[in-house]
Amino acid sequence: MKIDHSLPLEYSTEENRLKIFGFWIFLGAEIMLFATLFTSYFVYEHRTGNGPSGAEIFEITPVLMETILLLASSFTIGLGIHAMRLGKQKAMMTFFSVTLVLGLGFLGFEIFEFVTYIHEGAGLSTSGFTSMLLTTLGTHGLHVTFGFFWGLSIILQVKKRGLTPETANKSFIFSLYWHFLDVVWIFIFSFIYLKGMM
Amino acid sequence: MDFFDRFAVPHPSFLIYASMVAIGLTVIAVLVGITYFKKWDYLWREWLTTVDHKRIGIMYLISALLMLFRGGVDAIMLRAQLAIPDNKLLESQHYNEVFSTHGVVMILFMAMPFIMFFFNFVVPLQIGARDVAFPRLNAISFWLFFMGAMLFNISFVIGGSPDAGWTSYFPLAGNDFSTSVGSNYYMIAIQIAGIGTLMTGINFITTIFKMRAPGMKLMQMPMFTWSALISNLIIVFAFPVLTVLLAMGTMDRLFDTKFFAIGDGGSDMLWANLFWVWGHPEVYILILPAFGLFSEIISTFARRNLYGYKSMVASMVVISAFSFFVWAHHFFTMGQGALANSFFSITTMAIAVPTGVKIFNWLFTLWKGKIEFTTPMLYAMHFLPLFTLGGVTGVMLAMSAADYQYHNTMFLVAHFHNVIIPGVVYAMLGGLTYYWPKMFGFMLNERIGKWTVWLMSIGFVLAFIPMYITGLDGQARRMYTYSEATGFGPLNMVAFIGAGIMAISFALLVYNIYYSVRYSPRNIGNDPWNARTLEWATHTPVPEYNFAVMPQVKSTEAFWDAKKNGHEIFKGKIEKIHMPNSSGLPFIMSCIFFVFGFSMIFSIWPLAIISLLGILGCLVYRSFEKDHGHYIPVEEIEETETKLRGAK
Amino acid sequence: MKLKWALLAMIFTVAAVLSGCEPLLVLDPKGPQAKVQADDIMLSIWIMSGIVIAVFAILVFVLVKYRASKQSADYEPPHIEGNMLVEAICIGVPIIIVIFLSVMSVKSNYEVEATPKGYEGQEPVVIYASSSNWKWHFSYPEEGIETVNYVNIPAGRPLEFKLYSYGPITSFWIPQLGGQKYAMADMVTTLHLAADEPGELMGRNANFSGAGFAENTFDVQAMSQTDFDKWVKEVHDTAKPITEEKFNELLQPGHLGRSTYTGTHLEFSPAPEHNHGSADSDKDSEEGEHHHESSDSEKETDHSHH
Repeated sequence: MKIDHSLPLEYSTEENRLKIFGFWIFLGAEIMLFATLFTSYFVYEHRTGNGPSGAEIFEITPVLMETILLLASSFTIGLGIHAMRLGKQKAMMTFFSVTLVLGLGFLGFEIFEFVTYIHEGAGLSTSGFTSMLLTTLGTHGLHVTFGFFWGLSIILQVKKRGLTPETANKSFIFSLYWHFLDVVWIFIFSFIYLKGMM
Repeated sequence: MDFFDRFAVPHPSFLIYASMVAIGLTVIAVLVGITYFKKWDYLWREWLTTVDHKRIGIMYLISALLMLFRGGVDAIMLRAQLAIPDNKLLESQHYNEVFSTHGVVMILFMAMPFIMFFFNFVVPLQIGARDVAFPRLNAISFWLFFMGAMLFNISFVIGGSPDAGWTSYFPLAGNDFSTSVGSNYYMIAIQIAGIGTLMTGINFITTIFKMRAPGMKLMQMPMFTWSALISNLIIVFAFPVLTVLLAMGTMDRLFDTKFFAIGDGGSDMLWANLFWVWGHPEVYILILPAFGLFSEIISTFARRNLYGYKSMVASMVVISAFSFFVWAHHFFTMGQGALANSFFSITTMAIAVPTGVKIFNWLFTLWKGKIEFTTPMLYAMHFLPLFTLGGVTGVMLAMSAADYQYHNTMFLVAHFHNVIIPGVVYAMLGGLTYYWPKMFGFMLNERIGKWTVWLMSIGFVLAFIPMYITGLDGQARRMYTYSEATGFGPLNMVAFIGAGIMAISFALLVYNIYYSVRYSPRNIGNDPWNARTLEWATHTPVPEYNFAVMPQVKSTEAFWDAKKNGHEIFKGKIEKIHMPNSSGLPFIMSCIFFVFGFSMIFSIWPLAIISLLGILGCLVYRSFEKDHGHYIPVEEIEETETKLRGAK
Repeated sequence: MKLKWALLAMIFTVAAVLSGCEPLLVLDPKGPQAKVQADDIMLSIWIMSGIVIAVFAILVFVLVKYRASKQSADYEPPHIEGNMLVEAICIGVPIIIVIFLSVMSVKSNYEVEATPKGYEGQEPVVIYASSSNWKWHFSYPEEGIETVNYVNIPAGRPLEFKLYSYGPITSFWIPQLGGQKYAMADMVTTLHLAADEPGELMGRNANFSGAGFAENTFDVQAMSQTDFDKWVKEVHDTAKPITEEKFNELLQPGHLGRSTYTGTHLEFSPAPEHNHGSADSDKDSEEGEHHHESSDSEKETDHSHH
């Protein structure tokens, strides 16, 4: 395996460069996936049937908490990658761990939010609107959950194997994924919650 | 007992029981055969665990041919049922299941893997690469597709087939009106295969952008590679829509969500919209690679470079962009009003312009050529007039006011078969004949091949031209029967005869393979067609590493330049080559996907959860696995090269 | 090649003979909308035939002229990249054709989506046509009549069909009066038609809707205004009123013959002309509908539509 030392570690081999490029294409597909979900959401926004509307069930506090936690985690993973570029493995692992803890916090609030919705009679099978709302949020939530376990396995690998072109590449790709989820959340926050509460 | 009831076929008939027995016997025969000839090890080592793009390609090909026959049998049953008025061969429910599976199998499990075969086998060779960007992912793509296809195919013996058409419109496909598990099969089997397709898209875009031979600029790629690139870009943008759509359909059926329900805020129109937002680009995913293959074939056998290379590329880019803005032409009659219909009518007709450019460029490629009528060329020459016919009827359908009369009739059925069969199927079979020697080291018999083409075209014309007429006479599609008073009888009989002739021509294709395996000469060299692009510059059979030395490219036709203008493709010495390792993980993971899909279809939740954990386990294992591939040493390469050179 | 053209010609002849003296249904319009569509179809067939013939002619010419067997063994085809002028023509001519067809298409779109030409001044007959598995229910709110599987219409007056469905998406189609339109559960669509002359016509659901789809047809009888009035009066004298109970019975999946009632089901089961719950009044009526249905399905066993 040829290693090009003039490039950052995560870009240093041909295979690494391919993987990063490929992952960008994958994110393109993910954008289409969420775009479809958002478009469908706008279709169902007022199709509430006999169930509650967005304005009736949305609450600002948990949503704000989720937003703060996820934005913060996007920041910490950025710091983590910065530390990785400087070769500071320990700092990087700390920032990655903080990211995952924040992610876990986000998931906690989201589960709480879902339980509240179901208690208020806004379940998966209540109306077109609630089905779509929970599916859109749930898809994002599942991505975060998946990201949590993915991140965990990367931390373990960095711990075991140190910073190699391979582990650096995985960490970098994971950070792209995590930032992407954050961007999606900003759209969810603006176009689902804020729009729904107004 | 209730637990087992749902596995029973809801509308059993003698035909279904007979096929159950046939399937059971075939499976046993295959298993016993492999064991008897002690081929398990070979099968596992060389095929099930392979990550070689050529072998994966061949597995796609085998699956596609199998599915072609499955879909073909469906087609014959449909035509037989309609051959005479008030026929009693199939009852309504059975007919509905047959046309639903015919559509799904032909589009998603026959045409898709067929183009995947060409992507896999041809693209890396054409761009001078040693493999695709992500060989392991490529194996996952194939096995997910394969398991999805198998899952779909067991539906008619376990639990019942989907019966809501290949478009599976809700609310018809919902629990209220489609009570068997058939539509669950539809949602989940296509989902699994679709994930594989999406991965292929990512893989080939990366491969084509990043792994071209030194010197090959984007505007110097062979036309098939261009078509593959654009087709894969469409895949990446269109398939996520299908993913979401199928997930919504699955949830409606399994978890009682209200997406497409009647009342409770459900919207049956959204299914149709999203389906075609994916479905129309899907058509171009199939047809663009077909265009690419025809470009290669026509240029090779006209003995000329492809006319208007730049406008060929530009037209494909335009077609792919437009393909996302025409979806509503599949339901002009949904009541969206004159303005929306006018928009979609114009965008649809506009696609005729770049398509027309392609037709004319092919004609000009023939101009001043030295045309040789080999079998692949014969497919291309039958494609041109027949596809033009299909294309212009497409323009007729695009006139939305007139479409109120064509919609849902046999006219429409005639149109899309008229573009898909000469367009896609001829390209697949022509391409198969064209690349056959590169894969297996011998040619298919030309004489039988030409008979196949002529019979297929005659059968095609007889089978589908009458449908244009009965459509205009008011025969709606998907009717399992009609009365004698309608007067549709004679033309439907003609169509049945045509279908029979097409069946004979497919049988001839099989016979041709058998005949050629036995009698075709084996010493055909690397370039039996006197072709123009890189894939013919390497040995036949292609060694594992494709090219011992990385090829150098300076034009769109590197190999032709080498033959005619003294361009040197293989400069430099042989060095050790890095290759990926085989892995059983893609196969194992896809098997677990199969179990997961099956348990979802039948709502066996414990098994679904266990298999889902199994899939995640595979991913974790993969993440922790250290796999750096292996190197083929120089001596071994030189040995192989000498042997292959001698084998000429 | 020649063989194929001969074959094609033969098939068209055979087809023409087989379909006999009777013209194809769609090309035999009995109303203004179908006429617009038939004219469009014929026009596009002529233009498209021109294109097909041009392509076939060029193809035959190059195949005959440039086949290898006609050329000397040492002929080397030239390398030609392309020619701006030739390609401009290949793009320009189709664009002109497409623009022409687009104009035609847009014009016809607005024609078929409005009151038929020549009928503008007249009061339209409004008929609600709703489908259920696998029947058609026709409600005449102004006349106070409901029929099943047949529809009588006055000739020479514009017709407004309001379409919706009690189940899968269906498509309302009377080929000789005009093209089809979907009937859906969630929305009312409008199809503007008119019949020029009295006569019997075929109508059907054209969109696949399950096991009974093939037989999902209805009879159309166009009659003079006086005959129509006479029929309305006769129905009011003889038919029984439609009740909610009776209507729910009619909705059960299956095929029924023709039947006639006074009153319409719109009174107790209104068409889905609502605005998806954004207006309160609509929401109420929707709820009312659901309430009715759920209580009914408890009474009668196994109600298919819920």
